Amino acid sequence: MTATQTAPVPPVLQHDDAVRVRGLVKRYGGRAVVDGIDLDVRRGEVFALLGPNGAGKTTTVEILEGVRRRDGGDVAVLGADPAHAGRAWRDRIGVVGQSTGAGNALTVRETLDHFARYHATPVPTGELLADVGLAEAARQRVTALSGGQRRRLEVALGVQGRPELLFLDEPTTGMDPVARRQFWTLVEGLRDRGTTVLLTTHYLDEAAHLADRVGVISAGRLVDVAPPAELGGALRSEATVRWTEDGALRSVVTAEPAAVLRDLLAAHPAGEVPGLTVTRPGLEDVYLRLVALPEETR
Amino acid sequence: MTATVPATVPAPAVTLPAPPSAAAIGLARIGLELRLFVRDPGQVAFSFAYPVIMLVIFGSVFGDEVVLPGVGFRQYFLAGIAATGVMLTSFQAVGTAVTEERDRGDLARLQTLGTPALSYGIGKAGQVVVTTIAQLAVLLAVAVFAYDVPLPTEASRWLTFAWVVVLGILAGTVLGLAVASVIGSARSASAGIPAFAVVLQFLSGVFFIDSDLPAWMDQIAALFPLKWMVQGMRSVFLPDSAAVAEQAGSWEHGTTALVLAAWVIIGTVVCARTFRWRRAA
Repeated sequence: MTATQTAPVPPVLQHDDAVRVRGLVKRYGGRAVVDGIDLDVRRGEVFALLGPNGAGKTTTVEILEGVRRRDGGDVAVLGADPAHAGRAWRDRIGVVGQSTGAGNALTVRETLDHFARYHATPVPTGELLADVGLAEAARQRVTALSGGQRRRLEVALGVQGRPELLFLDEPTTGMDPVARRQFWTLVEGLRDRGTTVLLTTHYLDEAAHLADRVGVISAGRLVDVAPPAELGGALRSEATVRWTEDGALRSVVTAEPAAVLRDLLAAHPAGEVPGLTVTRPGLEDVYLRLVALPEETR
Repeated sequence: MTATVPATVPAPAVTLPAPPSAAAIGLARIGLELRLFVRDPGQVAFSFAYPVIMLVIFGSVFGDEVVLPGVGFRQYFLAGIAATGVMLTSFQAVGTAVTEERDRGDLARLQTLGTPALSYGIGKAGQVVVTTIAQLAVLLAVAVFAYDVPLPTEASRWLTFAWVVVLGILAGTVLGLAVASVIGSARSASAGIPAFAVVLQFLSGVFFIDSDLPAWMDQIAALFPLKWMVQGMRSVFLPDSAAVAEQAGSWEHGTTALVLAAWVIIGTVVCARTFRWRRAA
């Protein structure tokens, strides 16, 4: 049996990117929670949507998953409009949700065996259990799993149909540090096998560790898109030079720290400049400034 | 079937294997629903014990009464409680289960999987058929072996039994699904649906002799399926001479079939138009 993709998309979106979004708008009660987002996710990359709670991350992702209607803009996910795409399209995307979908009374293996029957080409259960590190827990009831194990099962269910594109909505919220590390390794494994991953998170270290590119969402707008190390562009080139002078802490924010240092060294011909540090903004500093910037300066 | 995870990322293939049919997934869901049912001791106990306990209680209180010539109370009551059992395992169980699954996010998960709503309905209906048959078997066994209630011997009566049960199950299942779309949360469902079911039982003559009911009550009850299921069951378990105790003075098989079929159609249409995978935002 074969199936073809049918939902047509506008010419601007006819592209091989996994996700293309132009001018996406979603309103609740007249208020735009998504307010004109443009977004491209390339095939094979891990893309992180970063932003504070209520910024519009989850709404955006739910529109891309085809479970929420949009109020404006054009969207293509794997070449089809999610609002009109059919089951063949759904079988090509994977969504890691907050539920296994079958209650807690089944065992891990029973859950996976059941949902295997929803997919055209499911990954064999044994392979899946090994991939997510649940082989030992296969015979346990879902209700007896730890939080981290549950999350692994949800990931297994998300990738069971061999999706080309996987959505992870705040996947590590509530996980302990060890479980998070294991989860990251899992996502890296998926990327290595060619799966495109779109994840939302409000953990900066997670975005920095996993993502090829990060998009920062604030108040329904995408305020920056870049690899984690380059996020914030101009903000990042600024350095802060701090030192102590006459017992008081002094600091200068500058795009040319070397010039400041030359002046400082010239002023201290005897040697040490007390308390001297030069810092570049980290991801957190950049992020905080991006989401805090008033609209007109963006 | 063979399949490999692509090592690189090719353009979307034009042809891919199609996902399994709605019927195939529905079949898988019947198995799942049954497995979940038997692992829920509360549901099993309620579904199987409630009609039997009611038969025991009412039978003990009114057991010696002869309600109609040649018809004991237990025999009369068996019809009503059998119909009630069908309503409970279909309408009440489905209505509360669907709202719970929606509140828990199970349905949202099924939606992202691309599960056809039809498959979900098939799973529910299949589970209801199996549990209802088991429940009726237990109830009839208790009636026969513990209380010597005579069961009909004619094939035509069992045929009536079969179509009343099948239409009752279908109506109850689609109406359970429909009411779950209307009700906001599992909290209100678990309070509202059983209360509605109890009132409907009294209105529909489960506990009383039909001709004793005030006419207005019978007319209200006639709008709902339960009265017709009870009446259909009485035509199975009571001698034809008992039909004089019906408000209409006859079993009204034609009307019964029409009303139940109408409810199946209405429920199906409402389900199809209002079924929701997610709680209202």
